[in-house]
Amino acid sequence: MTGWAFTGPGTLLVIGLSIFPAVWAFLISRTRWNGIAPPRDVGWRNYQRVAEDPELWDAVRHTFVLTALFVPSSIILGLVIAIALSQKIRFIKFYRTCIFVPFVASAAATGILASYVFNPQFGSVNELLRLVGLPPQLFLEDPHQVLVVICVIALWGQIGFTAVIYLAALQDIPRDLIEAATVDGANRRQVFRYVTVPELRAVTVFTAVWQTITALQLFDLVYTTTRGGPLDASQTIVYYVYELAFQTQRYGYGSAVAYGLFALTMVLTIAMILYSRRAKVEAF
Amino acid sequence: MATLSGPAGRNSKRRVLPFSPWHLLLMPLALLFVLPLVQMVLTSFMTSADINRFPPRLIPTTLSLSGYQGLLGESHILRWLLNTVIVSSISIVGHLVLCSLAGYGFARMKFPGRTLGFFAMVATVMVPIQLLMIPTFLMFSRLGLVNTLAAAFVPWLTSAFGIFLMRQFFLSLPVELEDAAKLDGCGALGTFIRIVLPLAKPALATLAIFTLLGSWNDLVWPLIAISDERYYTLQVGLTTFQGTRRTQFELLMAGNVIATMPLIIGFVLAQRWFVASMAFTGIKR
Repeated sequence: MTGWAFTGPGTLLVIGLSIFPAVWAFLISRTRWNGIAPPRDVGWRNYQRVAEDPELWDAVRHTFVLTALFVPSSIILGLVIAIALSQKIRFIKFYRTCIFVPFVASAAATGILASYVFNPQFGSVNELLRLVGLPPQLFLEDPHQVLVVICVIALWGQIGFTAVIYLAALQDIPRDLIEAATVDGANRRQVFRYVTVPELRAVTVFTAVWQTITALQLFDLVYTTTRGGPLDASQTIVYYVYELAFQTQRYGYGSAVAYGLFALTMVLTIAMILYSRRAKVEAF
Repeated sequence: MATLSGPAGRNSKRRVLPFSPWHLLLMPLALLFVLPLVQMVLTSFMTSADINRFPPRLIPTTLSLSGYQGLLGESHILRWLLNTVIVSSISIVGHLVLCSLAGYGFARMKFPGRTLGFFAMVATVMVPIQLLMIPTFLMFSRLGLVNTLAAAFVPWLTSAFGIFLMRQFFLSLPVELEDAAKLDGCGALGTFIRIVLPLAKPALATLAIFTLLGSWNDLVWPLIAISDERYYTLQVGLTTFQGTRRTQFELLMAGNVIATMPLIIGFVLAQRWFVASMAFTGIKR
């Protein structure tokens, strides 16, 4: 029983803070409840309404647009930056420090800073545009730009993490492999395509999963930059559930929304894992 | 990559530039990442007159502390800082103790239900935050944790990620040392504390750094469970403060400096550890 003495406290706490509330959320999702009056059992009605809620599907669309913008660009930029940072040139330590530093700042602080930097009136980004003779932009206040701007802000804060992981993976590639390929007549481009990229595959899967989770659960940045606006144009899944639960006290419906999206992300995650497995098979 | 490695690969270009062409990419990038933070610090020392000037200025005309004075006078910023330090400290201790114990148990011990327990624990990473917000809030209010610091640190006492990380690390250690200790009459706990933990310093450092980043920067849990200003953490305090001071940027940036600088300074001083830690999680797959 020593085994449970060691593992019990940690495991119970993890399960008590996730599986137990997840089961509870399911029970709540079949009720109509504002947290004060006694909950009323409504069966599957909340789930039927999920399918017909246009605001929810807007939030889903925004979240997917953000994810589709964020994940590939964080992988590509992270890899490019990691390659640049793996060069043995002067000031490389300084460059590394600069590029990793934003990762340490909280998403909330980053959001507050970004709402200043991208402020249409006082912000320095518009000032830069003015200096090079471009028209000023509304950025976070423009429904058509807001998702792209939030993605840029998220990249600024997260790219350091992707880059560090790629940097470590690049330094782990055995030098013999690269030398052997060069001796066999491969040029830089071929070495990259046929040695570096396959060697980075596992790290890429890890990064892709990690950053997808980050993007799908985006909340802090939205909360501190736009609170879902303008005109709900930056409302994301987590933000929508937060609003349902803690602004309008619709616990039952909020839980049903969360469950519907949980099912959706599960399907996506499984699809991604299956796809990466298949890609691996093809590579051999 | 082709376009990036191109200039470096071509010898003709290398002769033209007195420095590596990588600087042409890295220098602007470094500025892009650091300048917003520099501006944050500079703005925190500006007067509101400087901020509202057109065209906007980057460098303050006079060094003003009005942002910090305003923040101290109109918010409980020092209390929030203290709360955050308390929350992060408890979170780190909780993580180090609970994750290393559980990770070691799962890695080395045989007991009924081990596989099931481990599987259930790892499976929890799939539960998304939006699913947990409502029941966690309700649970906290039943347990009387609403409007206490516990609401901020209880979610950070341990994590599936941390237990998994420690288990992977312990699996990579050779088992012979522990066997020798057991032969010498050391109990399970003695072996763990005296033999195993000293070897686990790199993994423990990783865990501590990730817990520090996560708990210090956490917004969601304290936001939903704490509405009493005195129990705010820095992140909640600043976002709430931001809601009422939309354009008082000297105040907001002063708050940002107080909230981010401890971690940024810590990072610059202990960069080797930070970077090694982040890389550690990526490689231990």
